[in-house]
Parts: sequence; C-alpha cells; structure tokens
Amino acid sequence: MDAIAGRKPIVVWALNISVVLLVMLWLFPTLGLFVSSFRTGDQITASGWWSAMFPAEQTLQIRAADPDDARVDLGNGVFVVEGNIFGDEPFAGEMSGWSTSSRTLGANAPGETFDLGDGETFTLNADGTYVWQGNDDQISGRAQRVFIDATTPPDFTLNNYAFVLFDEDNSEGMAKAFFNTLTVVIPATIIPILIAAFAAYALAWMDFPGRALLIAAVVGLLVVPLQLALIPLLSLHNAIGIGKGYLGVWLAHTGFGLPLAIYLLRNYMVGLPRDIIENAKVDGATDFQIFTKIILPLSFPALASFAIFQFLWTWNDLLVALVFLIDASGQTTVMTKQIVELLGTRGGDWEILATSAFVSIAVPLAVFFAMQKYLVRGLLAGSVK
Amino acid sequence: MHPALLGLVTIIVGVGGCVGYFYGANVFLDKVLFPAKGPNAGRNINRANMIRPWVFLFPALVALGLYLAYPVFATLRLSFLERLPGNEYAFVGFENYTKMFAEAKFNEAMWNNVLWLIVVPAAATGFGLLAAQLTDRLSWGNIAKSIVFMPMAISFVGAAVIFKLVYEARPEDVAQIGILNHLYLLFGGAEPQQWLQIPFWNNFFLMIVLIWIQTGFAMVILSAALRGIPEETVEAAIIDGANPFQIFFKIKIPQIMSTIVVVWTTITIATLKVFDIVFAMTNGQWQTQVLANYMYDKLFVADDRGMGSAAAMIIMLMVMPILIWNVYNARKEMR
Repeated sequence: MDAIAGRKPIVVWALNISVVLLVMLWLFPTLGLFVSSFRTGDQITASGWWSAMFPAEQTLQIRAADPDDARVDLGNGVFVVEGNIFGDEPFAGEMSGWSTSSRTLGANAPGETFDLGDGETFTLNADGTYVWQGNDDQISGRAQRVFIDATTPPDFTLNNYAFVLFDEDNSEGMAKAFFNTLTVVIPATIIPILIAAFAAYALAWMDFPGRALLIAAVVGLLVVPLQLALIPLLSLHNAIGIGKGYLGVWLAHTGFGLPLAIYLLRNYMVGLPRDIIENAKVDGATDFQIFTKIILPLSFPALASFAIFQFLWTWNDLLVALVFLIDASGQTTVMTKQIVELLGTRGGDWEILATSAFVSIAVPLAVFFAMQKYLVRGLLAGSVK
Repeated sequence: MHPALLGLVTIIVGVGGCVGYFYGANVFLDKVLFPAKGPNAGRNINRANMIRPWVFLFPALVALGLYLAYPVFATLRLSFLERLPGNEYAFVGFENYTKMFAEAKFNEAMWNNVLWLIVVPAAATGFGLLAAQLTDRLSWGNIAKSIVFMPMAISFVGAAVIFKLVYEARPEDVAQIGILNHLYLLFGGAEPQQWLQIPFWNNFFLMIVLIWIQTGFAMVILSAALRGIPEETVEAAIIDGANPFQIFFKIKIPQIMSTIVVVWTTITIATLKVFDIVFAMTNGQWQTQVLANYMYDKLFVADDRGMGSAAAMIIMLMVMPILIWNVYNARKEMR
C-alpha cells in the first residue's frame, strides 16, 4: 500500500489525516487529565478541559461584601458598601455585562448604575469596583448577588500539585504513597535481574541434562496468572513470619518477574557470538569469569529492557501491593491504592483526582520516553523470533 | 526502621547476598569440593562442571518453584476444601465449583470475560495493525507511534481515572466536562448518559480502556514484522497489478500471520487477568463483573478461600491452552 501511496497526493492526504485522527484519539484522554490537573475545581466543573486553552465566556456569580461588616453609615439613613467584587487580586478577564438577577443576565453594561427599587442602587465598573447604596433595611442581611458575564483568559494553577504533594495537613496526599511506591519498586527491580542473569546464562551456554525441560517450564510459567499465587503465598508469608509488608512484596515481585527475566535474558544471551565464549574457555576462563566479564557487559541492552518492564510493572501494580503489602494501618499504601481510595471518597473532586493520578503517571511516562528504545527492543525479543 | 532505610538495607543485603552466593559457591566448588589439582584433577574438573549449572540456577529455581509452581497446586488443593468453624478445613470435592456455577454473579463474570476475550485482543491487534501500517512510511510516523505506544507506561488505575473523566456525566442543564458526553450532545444526543451504568454496553466502555493500553504493544511488534517482509514480494504484486488492499490483505498479512498470533495470545493473557480496571472503575457493579475481580471479592471481601481458589482455577484453566501451545512452540524451536 505504501509503495503506491507515495504517488497520489490525495492518498497521502488521507493517510496523514487518518493518522492525525488516530493520534488524537490516543492522546486526548491523557491530555484531558493533564490539563485538568492545572485547573481549579471551579474551573473544571464550569467548562470542559478542551476549552481551557482558549479565553472562555463565563457567567460568574459573586456576592458583594457582607453588609453587616462592611457597610458605612453616610448619615440620613443612607448606607453604602464599597469595594472590589473580585477581591484583592486584579481581574484578568474582560467584563461584557452584569446583572443582579439570573433571569436578566447581562442586562447592565459595566459602569452603569442599576436601580434595585425603593432607592436601592448598585453600580459596577469594568475593573470590578462597586458601590451598593440604600437604606438601613436594604443594606443588611445577606449581601447582594451579582452575575457577571465575562471573558476570562486561560488560567492555570500549580496549587493542586502543591496541595497533593506538599500540604502537611492533607491526609490524602500523595507524598507518602510516592515514597512507599519507590521503596517497593527499587529492590523489586534490581534483585530479580541478578538472579535471572545467572540462571539465563546457565540455560543459554551451559550443557546439562534437563536443560530443555527447564526452558520449557520457564515458558510455561510465563503465563501462569498471578491470581493463583495470592492465597497460598499469603498463607506462606504469614506462616514464616513475614506477614504483610515490604519484604513480602519484594519477594512476590521477584518471583513473579523471574520467568520473563529469564526468558528475555536467555534469548538475548543465546544470540551472543559463540566464538567469544569459546575463545575465553580455551584461554582458561571459568564459567564464572565468562559470565561476569563477558556475558554481563554484553547483555546490557537486554538487562535494561527487563529493568524497564519490571519497573513499569511494579510501579503500576495494584493487586500484588493490595495482597502482600498494605495492612490495616494504611501506613504502607502505594499510589495506585491511594488513587482507588480517592476515586471512592473524592469521586467528584477532579482537581484532586487528576493531580494525584498524574503524579503517579509522571514517573513511568518519563522513564518510557527516556528509554523507549530499550523497551521496544525488549518487546521484540520477548515475543517475536 | 524507616521503610526507605529498610529498602536500602534490602537492596544491599539482596544484591550482596546474590553476589556473595554466586561467588562463594563457585569458589567452594573449585577450591574445596573438587579442587582442580592432585591425582584426580581431571575427574574433579568434570564433576565441578556438572554441578555448576545447578549452582547458577538454584536461586531462580527456588523462587520459581515457591512463587509460581507451588501455588498452582496449593490453589488446586484449596479449591476442594471448605473452611469450617475454628480454622479447620474439610475436603468437599467439587462442591465449591458447583456452588460457584450456580451463582448468578459468577455466570455474569464468566460471560463478561468471554466477551472481553473476544473483543479486546481482536480490537487491540486490529488497531495495532492499522497504526503500524499507516505510520510506516510517514515522515512523522515515529512521533505518532510514540503517542499510540505511550499508554503502555500508564497504570491500569491511572487509565481508569483518565477514562472516568472521559465518561463523566453532568446534569443536563450544566456544562459537560466529560468529552464523550460533550460530543454525544453535540451530535444530537438527547441527554447526558452515565456510560458506565448502562448494562451490557458498559462492558465495552471498560474494554476501551484496555484496548487503548494494549494497541501500542501490538503496533510495535507488528510494525517490526511488517518491515521484515521482503520487498520483492510487494514489488512483484504491484507489477502484477494488485491494488493496495490486495497487497495488504493477500501479500502482507499472510507473511506476518505467526506474529499476529503471538500478539493475539499475549493480549489474550493480559485480558484474562484484567483486574485493576474493573476494580477501580465499577468494582463489578452494573453487571460488569469479571473473573479476576470476582475472585478478589471471594477471597478478600467474602473471605471464602475455597470458592476464591475455585475461581482462580477457572482462570488457570482458560490460560491452559495458551500455556501448552507456547511450550509446544518453544520446544519445536529448540530442536
């Protein structure tokens, strides 16, 4: 198809457009979460994230200052409340009209004075300064509501991240879970690599009876669902006194990661040139020396591939952490679990949800883009031959 | 001890222990047990070389045996037991299975899983193939591939949050913040839909999440396979007057069929084990239960180890054909 596609401009256009559509379909869901994590909760509920990049036509509903605190007695029974409707910060948007009732939106132009009846007046200027004037009765009780039609420029904030990551009072923050996840991931990535590398070398370059059978067993274990391992291993951990905790989750991840590690590394090591290894043997190198001095350095790409797989898998895991790590105290919660909790308790607070989710997604995404080459290489080695 | 410190100690002990074990065992083998000198030097070297593979394999074998092989049999045994008061267990034969098959929620989970197994591998492989073919000769093809591949790095839970925002529904009179409902109303939909609460169809909205994640994987592998096709076969077809669709379906697809099968089975395995997506998005409500989540419910919510293990065995049973097929292929290749 591609050989022909190059000839007709219309086909090239169709091709480009369909790929653009495909890319948009795959990018937009993540982009939505990303954009939402930089908006305030009010902004998220007021308009879709896709309109956040453009100036938005909005109707803001704001109250004047509380008359009981802010009113000034002008004498003769006339009271006034003055101030800026937008508070202390200057208003970045542009006001097109305002009203004191939701039924007459935009009825008054900025700067106009509106008569609320019986001598009560309200004046609102484009910069937000207002004068609300009337008698003792009118300027009391609840403050006057104002509906402002305004075009607000795109507005993004880092407050969500500050709240989710650094707010000490936020009991649902992600900082602790972030470090817990990191604590799970690093040993769970390093230890299986070491164990698997030795085993892979033995399966690739050492001759012994039963080798073919062991390789077949590793291939079989590759697809064993880890669901089967949950109860027997939890009982085992409880019986030998590990219980629920980091040690248990490290061991579990090591066990579950080994088949893929051995399989990937063996496939790679088998492909290394036979001459190097035989020359080294002739020169009197032992297997241990061959492994540490020749095979291990040459296998770096395969080691990196598996390290990325295991990193992504352990970082993103929920089930293993739920079963082997997180106890009733909740002190050892990981980010995935924390997000599931938030989905329950903060289901509607998208600014918190989006930011928390993005905190947990950011690290694997960074690793993904930095090490994509090795990830692709590992995938290809793992499934195609 | 602080967990981070504990982690550091574990890395040092774990890595140190591994290195120490491998080094020490080798020294022990060569210097103490079978020294390569004296009257029996030749025989000793041979013996040491016979044992050495097992020294290299020992930690891996223990871990594999304990963490993957043993649990299969332990779970099988548990699935025939029932817990009695006082933490005693009694053998009940297939009672857990018959009880489970009679349960409506299990049948729902079973049928949903079958649906998942039909739709997700087919859709992910199909989209992957499409993406691989379309981006192949494009100047910006690698960027497009990166973006389609990106969800691979995102956790199921993260993806669940991402798609909950996509599916979000708000009352009719306020602005929609979920893009699906926004588009639905834009294209003439009557009122915002709670996509995850429409029985039967909500399964598909959950499947989209997994398809979205797995397509990149299929694309990367199929793209490599497409590039491996010999140019001559395609050129010959062009000369013979084949149109682009004929070239794609009659020349290219047959040549990468074995890769398509590998991709298909790999995604099938991932689909069978799907847990996080359902757990985080609906937790099996509104008739979206799947086997892995059903099993989790039985084990950790209802605390019924017998039936939970029986459910796990059903998952194992469904994986079994692929397991046998993989092993068969691996053995064939080694000959």
